[in-house]
Amino acid sequence: MAEFTLPKNSVVTKGREFPAPDNATHTRRFEVYRWAPEAGENPRVDVFHLDMEDCGPMVLDAIIKIKNEIDSSLTFRRSCREGVCGSCAMNINGRNSLACTKAVADYTGSIKIFPLPHLQVVKDLVPDMTHFYAQYASIKPWLEAQTPAPADSERLQSHADRAKLDGLYDCVLCACCSTSCPSYWWNSERYLGPAVLLQAYRWLVDSRDENSGERLDDLEDPFKLYRCHTIMNCTDTCPKDLNPAKAIAEIKKLLVQRQHG
Amino acid sequence: MPPSSNRPLSPHLQIYRLPLTGLVSITHRVTGVLLVFGLALLIWQLIAVSAGEQPYLAMQAWLALWPLQLIYWGFVYALMFHLCHGVRHLVWDAGFGFERDHLNRLALAEPVCALLLTIIAFFAL
Repeated sequence: MAEFTLPKNSVVTKGREFPAPDNATHTRRFEVYRWAPEAGENPRVDVFHLDMEDCGPMVLDAIIKIKNEIDSSLTFRRSCREGVCGSCAMNINGRNSLACTKAVADYTGSIKIFPLPHLQVVKDLVPDMTHFYAQYASIKPWLEAQTPAPADSERLQSHADRAKLDGLYDCVLCACCSTSCPSYWWNSERYLGPAVLLQAYRWLVDSRDENSGERLDDLEDPFKLYRCHTIMNCTDTCPKDLNPAKAIAEIKKLLVQRQHG
Repeated sequence: MPPSSNRPLSPHLQIYRLPLTGLVSITHRVTGVLLVFGLALLIWQLIAVSAGEQPYLAMQAWLALWPLQLIYWGFVYALMFHLCHGVRHLVWDAGFGFERDHLNRLALAEPVCALLLTIIAFFAL
């Protein structure tokens, strides 16, 4: 059931403020969500003033600078710093994105950084993704085929069949889309969410996969698939410019076609 | 590591800045609920019409009051908006209208079309 307010232990309080160095000429204000399990306190928002003359251009550069120079306890995930790994997904000024692909200069005013919405927080900007990954595993994200592979080559695809995977295989599973979706916020126990459904579609349209019947059986469920109400937050927020809403619609279409084909 | 029960839930509605597409989606739901109440108004009108001259004139007099006029035309607008978004749902269900570049433009078209339809209804009556 939808809970529109935060539980008592999750209500965000005011935190500490760290001023910019005295000689700073170009300062920007960053508000960062903080919570540590050992403190036994509610989450808080700390404010950091950074000198941008002495900082990289991206939001990720800014939080790395905070960790390196101001507060080493600030915790977040990051790896590739170029939008390929999907680790640094977080909520920046109200929209989910990858901190490494968002330039500080593209925002005006204070930059508010929160963990991905409506997830359990492990620490600071690190949410618990266990359930998300379990849902991903549930759609069997691997090739399933009964026919044996050719003895002397891979399972080949035509160019046209390969092209069907464009815009699907590019997903880095950062969970920006799923955690932007109000349907997923209220029903994540049962609704698979845009990211996992996009992956489900990726295997449904793969010409080499021979298990689409069973895959569709698994998806035909009022909650797993049909909690999508085309709110479109997923497509709006995807940092890779993919279209999960369209992939979900294609799954719905496949189900109708199967019934009336 | 087992999930610890004292972990907070990260903020969601409190911080998320809904895009226009999300705003029209929630407005679709809200107008759907409002239309149920508007239906009561419509039924009251029908009852008044069928009850004869006096109740009809009384209903007319009530409806001439500006707060009720406002509610009435608000109902018509909500109806038109709900209709426009409903049509969009039909288009979506047919597998069209998901292009990223058009999403916000189409979302803006809904309240605008609803307004135009309301104005047309106003002058047609």
